[in-house]
Amino acid sequence: MNTKNIDDIIALSEELRWEIGDDFHDNLSESIYADASRIVEDAVTKDNKKSKFRLDARIDKIVTSRIWGFPIMLFILGAVLWLTIIGANYPSSMLASLLLDNIHPILKDFGTNLGFPWWLNGFLFDGVYLAVAWVIAVMLPPMAIFFPLFTLFEDFGYLPRVAFNMDNLFKRSGAHGKQALTMSMGFGCNAAGVVATRIIDSPRERLIAIITNNFSLCNGRWPTQILLATIFIGAVVPESYSSLASLSAVIGIAILGIFFMFFFSWALSKTVLKGEVSTFNLELPPYRPPVFWKTIYTSLIDRTLIVLWRAIVFAAPAGAVIWLISNVFIGDQSVASWLIDSFDDFGFLLGLNGVILLAYIVAIPANEIVIPTILMLTVMVTGISGGVGDGVMFELDSVTATADILRAGGWTLLTAINVMLFSLLHNPCSTTIYTIYKETNSLKWTVVATLLPVFAGFIITFLVAQLWRIFI
Amino acid sequence: MKNKPQSACETCAHFNADGLKKLGVKTGDFDFVVALAGNPNTGKSTVFNALTGLRQHTGNWPGKTVTRAEGAFEYNNEKFKLVDLPGTYSLLSTSEDEEVARDFILFGKPTVTVIVVDASRLERNLNLVLQILEITNNAVLCLNLIDEAERNNIKIDTRILAKDLGIPVVPTSARFQRGIPELIQTISELANGKIKCKPRKIKNIPKNIESSIQKLSKTIEKEYPNISNSRWIAFRLLEGDAQIIEALKTGKIASNEY
Repeated sequence: MNTKNIDDIIALSEELRWEIGDDFHDNLSESIYADASRIVEDAVTKDNKKSKFRLDARIDKIVTSRIWGFPIMLFILGAVLWLTIIGANYPSSMLASLLLDNIHPILKDFGTNLGFPWWLNGFLFDGVYLAVAWVIAVMLPPMAIFFPLFTLFEDFGYLPRVAFNMDNLFKRSGAHGKQALTMSMGFGCNAAGVVATRIIDSPRERLIAIITNNFSLCNGRWPTQILLATIFIGAVVPESYSSLASLSAVIGIAILGIFFMFFFSWALSKTVLKGEVSTFNLELPPYRPPVFWKTIYTSLIDRTLIVLWRAIVFAAPAGAVIWLISNVFIGDQSVASWLIDSFDDFGFLLGLNGVILLAYIVAIPANEIVIPTILMLTVMVTGISGGVGDGVMFELDSVTATADILRAGGWTLLTAINVMLFSLLHNPCSTTIYTIYKETNSLKWTVVATLLPVFAGFIITFLVAQLWRIFI
Repeated sequence: MKNKPQSACETCAHFNADGLKKLGVKTGDFDFVVALAGNPNTGKSTVFNALTGLRQHTGNWPGKTVTRAEGAFEYNNEKFKLVDLPGTYSLLSTSEDEEVARDFILFGKPTVTVIVVDASRLERNLNLVLQILEITNNAVLCLNLIDEAERNNIKIDTRILAKDLGIPVVPTSARFQRGIPELIQTISELANGKIKCKPRKIKNIPKNIESSIQKLSKTIEKEYPNISNSRWIAFRLLEGDAQIIEALKTGKIASNEY
């Protein structure tokens, strides 16, 4: 290879570029289109009278209309959540009784028979095993319903319509319209949502999408919301309305998350991430009837089991940590109760308590284990009987039992509301944080994405707590 | 999941169903590299899954594949590594996903490029097809979603299309495993040189531009005699594509490494 020859080639190209003028790109594109249309003319025949596109267009007219677009979106979200809440109850309690009531004692006996020391038995079966079993019992049924339903809508072609409906809102908040797609992915898993932001070309808009993805309530947080709404929100209305009230509360939190997502997108694009909104073409793909069983199968295998596996992988060490901090003593206080005492004052300001804050620290690896951790720590601090022992995450065989424990721990309606808010507004789980670092390659933006929602959570729960205490 | 495709072709003498093994992600020591390119939302990932037996997540929205996914299959004792590229409408601008796709076709030197198109939207899809045919010689057109086209009363004469484009055309409906055996057979024949392509080059270019391109591509060929896509490089140089200029300087344009 000769450098001079190469330079000559480049020089020649520059010279020729002057000669042919500015229209080169357009001319070339036009030639390609002319070619394409000639080829199609010869090879394709169309019977336009009976086109299926008309049906697609008719559906689109309704689901992307100004009046019906948003109500239909809300209705679909509500219906999917409703089916998830109702449908997950029975398999959940069956799994709980199998894994916790039946297998757990067998394992403990097994350990005792083998002559395990008490601490090893406790560490393995009360710590690690129970954490894993709880996550399976609580996570698997809702995921096995939520993900396939979500995937069916995705396969059908509804997601691009969601993006289309929300495009205007995104534009006004200075973000990219495709963020609607990554936001939707975030409703399943924030780490997946962060990876999906690669579809956004402009680095500025991609950063906004990454930082605000955590405001999409992820799969690990839906169960927390559903449980607390059922216990506390459902209880303040007459019984016949209680499931409607809890459903509305959960949807309300999800919508609040979308609101914060828009708010912070707007705030970021007006301050540190200033810039023009880039335009893009969003193709509304044709509706395709999903290949039903195949979709169910793949979404169960790919999404449900992978997310479940992740939860288990993180639940096991977290269970171990919980067991350890509850059973290792400094003086006459366990590490856990010492930590809870020191968080309590700050927790009170936020309408929360030390137990909740400690639980959120322990549960950084996986949001799924927040509630079991809170229950375990509450039992330990209040000393009420109900748990299996110190540092043992135990089952929620009935919702009322959970409610009793939480009330014994000093929970009020305010605590429940603020935990629901804090569950929406706190740091992303460690997997998501790591994914953000890998995607942005920047420590600075990873820290921003991690801390921004926590501070938002502090401010919101603080305000709610103060107002609540003044007015109610 | 069914491992073997089901179609009339299974009994056909040309397709050797017993010679097919879907290898999933085992992409080690392969004989050929096959690239999957095409517009967004034409079902590339579904074709990818059908060929490799993998279950890469698919979804009915454009831009779902954001990274290069890789898989493999074995046919008649030859291993094919398959690379699923992000969907793009064109290779002429310089957005990031287009670069991933373009760089792979250009520098990755796949033995065969499978261009997946939506049969109902052929005309718009041909824009990308014609550009890819300027870059590579060994390609097959996968006329996917043919069932949808049929439902829409669109008829496509694949023989005329294949003749006009100068590459084999295989109608498929990957979601229902239709046409996949034929596609595998065609890929194998292309890789082994049993089918020779004579891809269509873009016509209808205004005369002054055409003569400039010819002048430029001749000088490029003089420097890099083994290069097959000098015409396309000339397009890019006339456009002032900094990346291509760089690749020309470093010699990457003619190398076989990626």
